[in-house]
Formats: sequence, C-alpha cells, structure tokens
Amino acid sequence: MNGMFGQFRGTLFAALLALIFTIAAPSILEFFTIITLTQVIGLSILALSLALIWGYGGILCFGQTAFFGLGAYSYAIAAVNIGGSTGAMFIAVAVAAAFAAVLGYFAFYGKISDVYLAVITLTVSLIMYSLIRRTSGPEYKIGDALLGGFNGTGAPPLNVPGNAGAVLFPEHTFYVAMVALILLYVFCGWLVNTHFGRVCVSIRENEIRAELLGYDTRAYKLGIFTVGAAVAAIGGIFFCIGVTRVTPDVFSLGQASLTIIWVIVGGRGTLAGPVLAAFGLYYLTASLGTQQVVNTSLVLGIILIAFVLLAPRGVVPGIEKLATARRAGRRNRAKERRMRLRKPRGGISEDRHETG
Amino acid sequence: MDLTLSLILQIFYVIANLALISLGLAIIFGMMRVINLAHGEFLMLGGYTVVVATNNGVNLWFAMLVLAPVVVGAIGVVVERLLIRWLYGRMIDTLLATWGLSLFFIGIITTIFGASTSTTISPPLGVVSIGEYTSSGYEMLLIGITAGLLVAVYLVLKYTALGLVARGTMQNPDMAAALGVSTSRIYMITFGLGAAISGFAGGLLAPVTGVLPTIGAIYIAKAFITVISGGASILAGTASASILLGGINGVVTFLTGPTLGEVALLAAAIILLRFMPTGITGRLFRKSQ
Amino acid sequence: MRRGEVVLETRSLSMHFGGVRAVDRVDFQLWENELRCLIGPNGAGKSTFFKCLTGQLVPTIGDVVIRDIHVAGREPHEVAGLGVGIKTQVPNVFDGLTTRENIWLSCRRWHGARRTDALTSETIERLQLGEFRSRQVGSLSHGQRQWVELGMVVAAQPWLVLLDEPAAGMTHEETDRTAELIREINEDAAMIVVEHDMNFIRRISKKVTLFHEGRILMEGTMDAISKDRRARDVYLGHRA
Repeated sequence: MNGMFGQFRGTLFAALLALIFTIAAPSILEFFTIITLTQVIGLSILALSLALIWGYGGILCFGQTAFFGLGAYSYAIAAVNIGGSTGAMFIAVAVAAAFAAVLGYFAFYGKISDVYLAVITLTVSLIMYSLIRRTSGPEYKIGDALLGGFNGTGAPPLNVPGNAGAVLFPEHTFYVAMVALILLYVFCGWLVNTHFGRVCVSIRENEIRAELLGYDTRAYKLGIFTVGAAVAAIGGIFFCIGVTRVTPDVFSLGQASLTIIWVIVGGRGTLAGPVLAAFGLYYLTASLGTQQVVNTSLVLGIILIAFVLLAPRGVVPGIEKLATARRAGRRNRAKERRMRLRKPRGGISEDRHETG
Repeated sequence: MDLTLSLILQIFYVIANLALISLGLAIIFGMMRVINLAHGEFLMLGGYTVVVATNNGVNLWFAMLVLAPVVVGAIGVVVERLLIRWLYGRMIDTLLATWGLSLFFIGIITTIFGASTSTTISPPLGVVSIGEYTSSGYEMLLIGITAGLLVAVYLVLKYTALGLVARGTMQNPDMAAALGVSTSRIYMITFGLGAAISGFAGGLLAPVTGVLPTIGAIYIAKAFITVISGGASILAGTASASILLGGINGVVTFLTGPTLGEVALLAAAIILLRFMPTGITGRLFRKSQ
Repeated sequence: MRRGEVVLETRSLSMHFGGVRAVDRVDFQLWENELRCLIGPNGAGKSTFFKCLTGQLVPTIGDVVIRDIHVAGREPHEVAGLGVGIKTQVPNVFDGLTTRENIWLSCRRWHGARRTDALTSETIERLQLGEFRSRQVGSLSHGQRQWVELGMVVAAQPWLVLLDEPAAGMTHEETDRTAELIREINEDAAMIVVEHDMNFIRRISKKVTLFHEGRILMEGTMDAISKDRRARDVYLGHRA
C-alpha cells in the first residue's frame, strides 16, 4: 500500500462516478427506491464520518451515533420552531459539533486510552437513547416541538432556502442529499491530505512521535473529532428527512453496531469503503428484515466476528493489499531469480513483511 | 426520619445494583484488560436461564443462585476458547469481536424466544414497610447478596492459590508466564468466572426487570461507566466507583427523577476521567494500561 | 568545552517511582553548542532523566530550564515546540507512512508547504535515505528506521537535540555513519546523547556525564572517566 495519506485524485474520480449515478438514478430507479435512498444516504454520511475519525484519525468512537442522533433531533426541533429547514440544518450541525467539542475536551485532554474512549462514547449514545425514550408526554417539549419519547418526533422536509412554503419533492431531496454526500466525501478526502489531516494520520500511527515533533496531539484529535461529529450530524439530518421522523433508535445500540460494522467491512483507512458498505449492508438488512428465518442481529454479529478474525483490514484495503501483494510477489520472484543467478545457494529470508 | 431511612435504603440499592451488574465485567477487565462488550448479553442470558428454568418447574432460588451462574459461566468458557483467546494482545479487535458476540447472542435468543417474552417472574419476598414508606424485600436481599459477593471475591483473590496467581497475572502477565503459570488457563478460568458472575447478576435481576433479548443494552451503559471509572483494581475499583456514581445517581434521581439520574452519572464519570484518566484506582498501579 | 551560555539546566531534579529514586537531586548544565554524552550502567537513571527533559515524565521535585523557560511538567509537544529535536530509545517512527512522509511531517511543523518540500528532499539526500523514500517505514530494518528518526530530528533544524541511544541495534557501518551525523548536527546545535556503547561515545564525545544510582557520579572527558577507579567499579560491578 503506498501513500497512506490517501490519493485525492482517486477521491475526485469516485466523486465523479457518484455524480453520474445521481443524475442517472431517477430515470433507472423506482420512485419508492429514490425515497428510501435519501435515508440510506444519511446513513452513509454517518459511515463517512466514522471512516474519517477512526480510519484516518485513529479515534475509536463507538458512539458516533450520538452526534448523528443529536443532529437529527436538533434539526427536527429547530425546523419545527423556525418553520424552515435551512437555518435548522446549521443549528443541528452546530449543536452536534459543540457537544463533541465538550465531550472531546474531557476525553482528549484527560488523555484517556482509546479503549476507554470507545466505551465512553458508546455509553454517551446509549444514555441519550434511554434519556430521549423517557420524554413521552406533553411536558417534554422544546419550543413547539414535542420530543415524543419512544415514538419520536416528526422531521419537517427540506424547503427552498428562504421560502419555507416551497417544500422540495422527494427526487429533489434525493439530489440534495446525494450532492451533500459527494461534497462531504470530497471534503474529507481533501482534509486528510492537508497538513492538519496528515498530522491526524501521524497521530494514529504514533501519538508519542507526533507529540515529540512538537504537535499538540490533543488539539488535533479534538479537531478531527469535532469535524467528524459535524459530518455525522449532517448524516442525521438527511436520515430523518428521508424517514420523515426521528425516533430514539438513532441513538440505539443496534445503530451504533451497524456504524462500526460499516467501517470494519468497508475498511479503515479508506473513505469510500465504509460509504459503500453502508449502502450494501442496508440492502442486506432490509432484505433480511422481510423474512422471518434468520435474525438480522445474528447475521450482523457473525459478519462482525468474521471480519475481525479473518479480514481485519476490511474489503477495500483488502483488495488494495491483494493487488500490491501480487505486484510485490512478481517483483520478489524477479529479484529471487536475479539473486539465484548471483548466489547459487542463496534463499530469500528477510524480504519485507507487511505490518498492520 | 422514615423518609431519610427510605432514601438511604434506596441509594444503597442503587449502589448495590451498580456493583452487581459491573462485577463480572470488572473481573474480566481487571485480569485480562479486556472490555467485554457482550457483558450485557451475559446478564441477559442469566435472566433467560432463570425464566426458562422456572417455567419448567425448577425452584426459583435454585435457578437464580445455581443454574444461572453455571450456565452462563459455561458459555463464557466456550466463548473464551473459541473466540477471545485468538485475540489476546489485540485490545481493539477484542472489543469488536465481543461486540459481534453481543449481536450474535441477541440474534440467537430472539430467534429462539421471540423479540419479547410473555413470562415474567414477580420478585419474591414481598414488601417491607418502614413507617409510612415501603420498600421491596427483594431489593434489600439484593443489597445483602451484593455485599456477600464482594466479600467472596475478596476472599478468593486474597486467600486462594487461584487468587494469588490471578493477581500475579494481573500485575504482570509476562512474569507470570515466566514462572510457569499458564496464563492461557488463567484467562480461560477468569473469563468463565466473570461470565458466571454476570449470569448470576442477570438471574438475580430478572424478577425485577423482566427479560428481553435486548435488555443487555440497559445494563451495559452503567456497567461500563462503573468499571472504567473504577479502574484496573477489581474490588476497590468496583466498590469505589459504585459508591460514588451510585450515590450521585441515587441523589439526582431522588431530586429530579430517573431521567437525569443516569445523565448525572455519566457526566460525573466523564469529568472524573478528565482528571483520573485511568480511573479511581488507576493510580495505584504504575501502569494500568 | 566552548564558552557561551547555559541552554539547558536542571535544578535538583528528582523522579521517584513509589519508594525508588530513579533520579535523585540532579543538577546538570548544558552549554551552548556543547555535545554531552550521558553514560551509566543499566538503571542508573539516565533514561528517566532524559524523559524528564523531554516532558514525557513529570519530575517529582525540581525543575528543568531550557533557555530560561521552565519546562518541568510541560507537555512533550511544548518542549519540542521550543525548537528541541528529540529521539527516543526505541525507533519511534510512523510505521504506516513512508520515509518521505515521516520527514515531511517533522519539517512541516516549522515551515510552509514549499520550504518543507525542499527541506524534506534535502534531508533525505543528506541521510542517504533516497532508496527508501517511498517505502513504508514499518517495512525497513531496525537501523534504517533509526535513521529515519534521526532524519526527522535533523529536518526540523533544532537548536537543541536530545538523543536516547541513537546507535542501539545498528551495524558497524551504520554506527559509523551515525557518529559522523551526530558530529554534523553538533555544528548547529547543542546535544545530549544517552548511550551505552563506549566505543561510540569515544568517537563523538567531548564531555561525558556518568550517572550512577540516580545521581551524577562524575563529569569529565571520556579519557579521564575511563581512567577513573570509581567509574570502572560502577561499570564492572554492573557488567559482571
């Protein structure tokens, strides 16, 4: 694998493919599928956010759903109160990012270990889940928006900026969501190639070294964590617009598990992998959900265990590795032949080992 | 006066409850530095063991005190042999694999028993009255059992050969291995024991909370916070964190209701970790991570 | 020893672990442009002392002053941020990144993008790392990784350099090149080098500080120290 910093050109190419898909989708897909796709795009943005902070930043956030759900709820509440979607989106992103900044401050400046961070973030999401579930009843309302407890609350649709009456059609909402995904994908691809992004990658590789080079690793981790939360919040917004509701399930253990599984399956150290995994697994679980024989959790559990044991790098880096291994294999065989010509009894012992 | 007594008893129960649901997790974490994300499902399996056994005519006390720990302990040993032992030294992979395991157990139990259970067991022992207030006799029993359990674990760690070896392994796995102690075997026993205690706790709580395949999620948030805040020392950590966090949870719950009680517990833990990143007892070890 | 001002000083620096005094009331001074070697048997406290200088450990008592700035208790990045280049004992590199990326990250902390690119190439050339420029550092040999780390130190153009066992695990040839490089670095920077290898020290050092049981036993030239009875006792006693 060369260039752990990722290749921005590849990112742009993938973005172009996605753009072509966006334009073509309404003419090749059914109307109902287009509506569903908006939700899935929201989920895939969530996957993208974790791909960024875990895959590149090395921050093990098991509760990325906390920011996703916070974004969704903040959007729904703000949109009901403001009576329009544009400002609500900004508020939602700001709320999630601010929350992440506070949480991240305590975690990173306290220098808790990555395993602790994983567990704490998961716990945050789970406690939000149980908190918001208890908010049924008319007394739990923020402005005009009822929180609705277990049943959740309605999420207003997107409207044309500045004109709350002009609600977007589902196809248009799909376009907006897809463009948001593409832009965020390009943004993340760009970010990991900036100085800031490269320092984050170096912290993932060796935090002490980065510190000894004079980088304040706490600030960098806090920075990418907050950016990741903002991205997750945008995912939450599109998800709840796609579903037209937001329920406590956005914070649930199941949703948190899925998010981790997307990144594991798609692979750490790639942005496209987890996004594609989110789409793929959504259709897998949707088709599993319609039959009664095999339980979805069971299948997801087996997938997760299997990937950890058998393919810890995930699908996309696995394919990349296979390709480089074949190339390296060819190189090594050529080298071996040369060595043999020079040194009749020589064997190759010390050639490189891939380190994970 | 009666109110104070009733409140104190309630806070005691919250503390005992935290310690009870956390102890199995703390044992596995303290000895093996493994956070078992399937911990909630071990509790859930303990609950199901009790429900299924009593439905089939087994005595409730026998099911809770004997069957639940034995069954879940056995499951723990199998899990350790088939899954965990391949991942030692890979902490993050262990986390992920146990998370997969958690989903797997939820899936299996849902497939067998359905997404909800009709049968619940009512808590035995009825109601104890303190003046004009009442308290559940079963809750008082749970406080007692938790205290007894902590004492038992202390005695095992302090006075048995197993405890000595386990403490050695905990301090320095390499050293223990060099002394000829099979760390692999210790880890297997530890994981089984942790699972058994989790199963025991789950069984005891089944009459209070009922059982559902996804009930583990209710427990794990609190259990994780308690263990992480407590740090690496099993007993001192669990006890101190339970008292601190349980106390905060109990008081805030009394003042504002259960909704904010959990939030206060979480907030207290996050602030605590800012200043003691390895937990309350983390400082007692030179390097606990 | 050249004249000039003191650039690094410790004042009764102590580091206790439980009851063990790994570093015990050490007063130490490093002068401008000086190259100082810290030696001592295993457990003499030199690595702990080193970590107190770099901010990796917070001393129990005492202070570390670098150019009039009190750094005891500061974070490592703050120490490095003063323009101090640090190399730790084990090769401490970004294994998943290439040689070029490793060195780039070190330069970029101090310079803009364009200057960084030039400096990175220059450093790679200077350390003869061109062959491994695009190789992942994790796949290099131990000695090569040590060199990449030295490259990271050099690339930042520090005025004070702290090296912990720079020649550990290197082949003879690599050790030679390292000694040469250290002399080169010393032309622009004051240096502290913690080392075990006596032959290596002989080749680079002017003044040596001998640690024993957490304290400075003596300071002087390598020749003077190797002739000293006490120094020999300390070493032989522990080496035997």
